[in-house]
Amino acid sequence: MARSRFVGDKGLTARMTLVMFLLGGLFVVLVVGLASAVGGGLGIVIGLAGIGIAVYQWSRSDKIAMRAMGAREVTPEQAPELHGMIDRLCALADMPKPRVGIADTHVPNAFATGRSPDRAVVCVTTGILQVLTAEELEGVLAHELSHVAHRDVLVMTVASSAGIAAGMLTQGAQYGGLGLLGGRRDNNNGLPVWLVVLVVSLVVYAVSFVLLRLLSRYREMSADRAGAYLTMNPGALASALQKITGEMNTIPERDLRQVSAASALCIAPAIRGVSLRTLSSTHPSLEKRLEQLARIQAELGRPTV
Amino acid sequence: MAGFWQSITGRSRPKQADLDALFLVPSAAITLQTAAGLMPTGTGSVCYRAARGAGFADTQTDVLELIRGAADAPRVDLTSDEFGFTWLTVHREPDDTGGLCTDLHAVNTTLELEGFGPSLLCSTVPFEDSAGRRVALVYLYKQASFYPFAPGAGQRRDTLLELQVGETLAAEIPVEKDKSRWLALWGAPGL
Repeated sequence: MARSRFVGDKGLTARMTLVMFLLGGLFVVLVVGLASAVGGGLGIVIGLAGIGIAVYQWSRSDKIAMRAMGAREVTPEQAPELHGMIDRLCALADMPKPRVGIADTHVPNAFATGRSPDRAVVCVTTGILQVLTAEELEGVLAHELSHVAHRDVLVMTVASSAGIAAGMLTQGAQYGGLGLLGGRRDNNNGLPVWLVVLVVSLVVYAVSFVLLRLLSRYREMSADRAGAYLTMNPGALASALQKITGEMNTIPERDLRQVSAASALCIAPAIRGVSLRTLSSTHPSLEKRLEQLARIQAELGRPTV
Repeated sequence: MAGFWQSITGRSRPKQADLDALFLVPSAAITLQTAAGLMPTGTGSVCYRAARGAGFADTQTDVLELIRGAADAPRVDLTSDEFGFTWLTVHREPDDTGGLCTDLHAVNTTLELEGFGPSLLCSTVPFEDSAGRRVALVYLYKQASFYPFAPGAGQRRDTLLELQVGETLAAEIPVEKDKSRWLALWGAPGL
């Protein structure tokens, strides 16, 4: 029997499944809450609108993210080394080759996007190409390819549909859109309907914000793990992460704000967390990521018996 | 369903290599010889990613000892390329394609037994015709399929020769259908 050097992480899977279950529950809470406040029809319409916007964002994700980062697609002739690396990684992982993009910015970062593995784009910045060695770059590309293989864009957009619907309602309240509901005042409990709707959506939005960040951190850990197994070199990804996070802190504030839109799918968060860092950060702490990579390294390096 | 669950939990497992199809090479070599005038060059290589640490180093030493320890021990070299992959090349007599495949298979099984199956990228067996044109039959471990790679002059592929070899062998071995997976291997040993 061939031995396996693959170490699973049951705890991570369990936590991730729980968070996704809670996000699904949150969606139900929003729809039921609205349905009981303003009538079943409208609750379902708003729920569907949330899913609709999520699906729209997902289907256009490659264009949206590429534009947000100012990235352009490159051909194998324009970037032979980058394409060669991705070709080999895709052959190792048996996955279709994604398109390749480069963004002209000094912020060292990389991201993967696209609605499915067949239509994915993996994009790196010119900053990361300057900072990393070939080996480290390969570790980063393997991490991004794992996001593609895990369909993280799909998972994250579907998971965010409750938050999108709730966010829509809160925004609607801001522009007086909920005034439409004002006429249908329900005086059973003495509270105006629009206030109930606003409170429900604010609570759903806040909870979904925290849960999404949590889910995002779990997906990052999974991508680190899968990427490390693909290159068989966890150390290269570890040193790339150290370099990138170190560089991130020395980059001027203006650049950081410019790239904030696509940060949820980047290798290291492009925006600096200020307070509530552990709750609101989209990426796990460097120590946690390095710790996991060290565990994988130990298993891969275990001598033969 | 398994794929769906893998996506949901984000727990893709490393893809294992498929080793057995490599034994189709000797009969393919005879077909290439008779139908296209391409003769085996007697070398063959396995390309893999060497994992960091003692585990892989030990395994690689075992592999070399295994091949060099045989009675009719062939010459074996290790080279590494600019993409960080290691090429283990076995040199045998040009007419001994069967022995060559057995050697390559021994490399694969040893790596797989020690848990390094996912690190196998491809295997190449180069051929040459009387005009000196070279073409390698490349075996992709993860896709379990073959494709021809013919380097022409100046980093350009001899596409015509590749397609011809692909057509010749289509009935005999699984030729990779997706041409975007016909990876260029510039500077591979024996080419």
